[in-house]
Amino acid sequence: MSLHTAHALASQLADGTTTAVALANEYLERIARTEPTLHSFVTVMRAEALAAAEASDARRAAGKPLSRFDGVPIAIKDNMITRGTRTTCSSRILENFVPPYDGTVVGKLRAAGLVPIGKTNLDEFAMGSSTENSAFGRSKNPWNLDLVPGGSSGGSATCVAGGQAPWSLGSDTGGSIRQPASFCGLVGLKPTYGRVSRYGLVAFASSLDQIGPMTLDVEDTAELLSIISGHDPLDSTSANIAVPDYAAELREGSLAGKRIARPREFFTGEGMDPEVTAIVEATTEKLRSLGAEIVDVSMPHLQYSVSCYYLVATAEASSNLARFDGAQYGFRAADTKNIVEMFSRTRAQGFGPEVKRRIMIGTHALSAGFYDAFYVKALKVRTLIKQDYDKALAQADLILAPTSPFPAFAAGARSADPLAMYLCDIFTLSLNLAGYCGLNLPAGYTSAGLPVGIQLFAGAFEETKLLQAAWQLEQAIGVVGTRVPALASV
Amino acid sequence: MALSAKDVEHVALLSRLELGPEETRKFTDELTKIFTYVEQLDQLDVTGVPPTAHPLPMKDVFREDVVRTPLSNSEALSNAPEKEDGCFRVPQIV
Repeated sequence: MSLHTAHALASQLADGTTTAVALANEYLERIARTEPTLHSFVTVMRAEALAAAEASDARRAAGKPLSRFDGVPIAIKDNMITRGTRTTCSSRILENFVPPYDGTVVGKLRAAGLVPIGKTNLDEFAMGSSTENSAFGRSKNPWNLDLVPGGSSGGSATCVAGGQAPWSLGSDTGGSIRQPASFCGLVGLKPTYGRVSRYGLVAFASSLDQIGPMTLDVEDTAELLSIISGHDPLDSTSANIAVPDYAAELREGSLAGKRIARPREFFTGEGMDPEVTAIVEATTEKLRSLGAEIVDVSMPHLQYSVSCYYLVATAEASSNLARFDGAQYGFRAADTKNIVEMFSRTRAQGFGPEVKRRIMIGTHALSAGFYDAFYVKALKVRTLIKQDYDKALAQADLILAPTSPFPAFAAGARSADPLAMYLCDIFTLSLNLAGYCGLNLPAGYTSAGLPVGIQLFAGAFEETKLLQAAWQLEQAIGVVGTRVPALASV
Repeated sequence: MALSAKDVEHVALLSRLELGPEETRKFTDELTKIFTYVEQLDQLDVTGVPPTAHPLPMKDVFREDVVRTPLSNSEALSNAPEKEDGCFRVPQIV
């Protein structure tokens, strides 16, 4: 079995080779066969998908498709609210929560005729780098089932890599799209902060979160980014900037003459799997062979990313997760005597350990007597990190970085020590702190056959330049679409 | 920076999280480890550096003061663990 891109399926729908109902049935059947193994989904939307597919075929028969992608299935990370379909954030505290409205991005998918096929598994409330923090069990990496798919958008990665959906949406607060994309051999893009509406994305860290595409190739990422982007009056942090047709411009702009910054602090080799280093070096050579100039830069504050992030993000999370208290929705603890006991026991029973840990880190960092020493200091370091990015982007068009120090690791390997897990994200965190855009591009495989990706970053709202460079590099590297996980042949 | 069990109990109270003794012990160890790690930020001189709370240069984003259609009462209550007379019902507050 080969994995089909959304743009390939769109062509098949347009020329009548297939129908939306046939596609929905094929993917649902494959999900039924592979879910016991992969566990990508918290909720499979069987009835909803078939109904949406029927409506799509009717529109197409009447000559009125809503978009080129009308009828193409899509999987959605279960921290984006979907009207009438439970949205759990992979937490017991929202296990039976059924939203009465759609988030803006979900609404845009429906308005384009896409067929939501299921809600995917994540680390609880998007807190984690392996999807092992899900309250409903871990998702498995289709490339090797003993390994994690990364996180927090693990289920969104496994369903696409495992052929259960042609593309999916993830969310990225500190690398949660890019790192699982690297572990599962996918393209995953974090848009510039404000490019995509956060209305309906259950907030983890309000100044860092973004929804983004997880796809089999750069063209699908470009197409999906155009569908989901845009100003939203319901999200006061969304940017009022026009949305280009990113896919239409993809093949323009050559890498020849482009300046690619290589921050030396990301290339010390320290803590890196040597096979990952080799693939990143090979990619650098490939860029040179395409005529790009590699510019050595220093971004001296990158080494403080983990500390800065784990104060800023946790502080914001402690505030955002205060709403989960059993009062208006979600799980409520039984037999409590008063309101404070109800709140405290509901949250104790409803949240998993990582969520509690991060809420407490954030609360401590914000508390009286510690606020300046931790939270404000971290915000000042954030300014220094952002300035490093600005200086690098003043000298170059793009920044190159590894995505992860290592390929997918074994389940359980990093769960005993929270800090060991946090250090997985050393190459991804700083982009969210700066607010700029970046993606993971598959760049090769280890000798064990595991995918390894690299990152490219661009400045604010420079997704066009980023995608053009990624597309050129994707063609030149030539690994995308050449291998599929063994599970894909089931 | 080392946290004591008392510190963790205080943070748990502020966070409205009821912790058992074993949990308190475990979180005390873990939070100590994490707060010791973040001390590396003290290596930096941040004098005169403004804090960045928000990555985009935006302020005062307002909308027109126009009434829109909200969720209905029943939609808003649809996930309520307990409800009464069109309101959310919770244990005694005062």
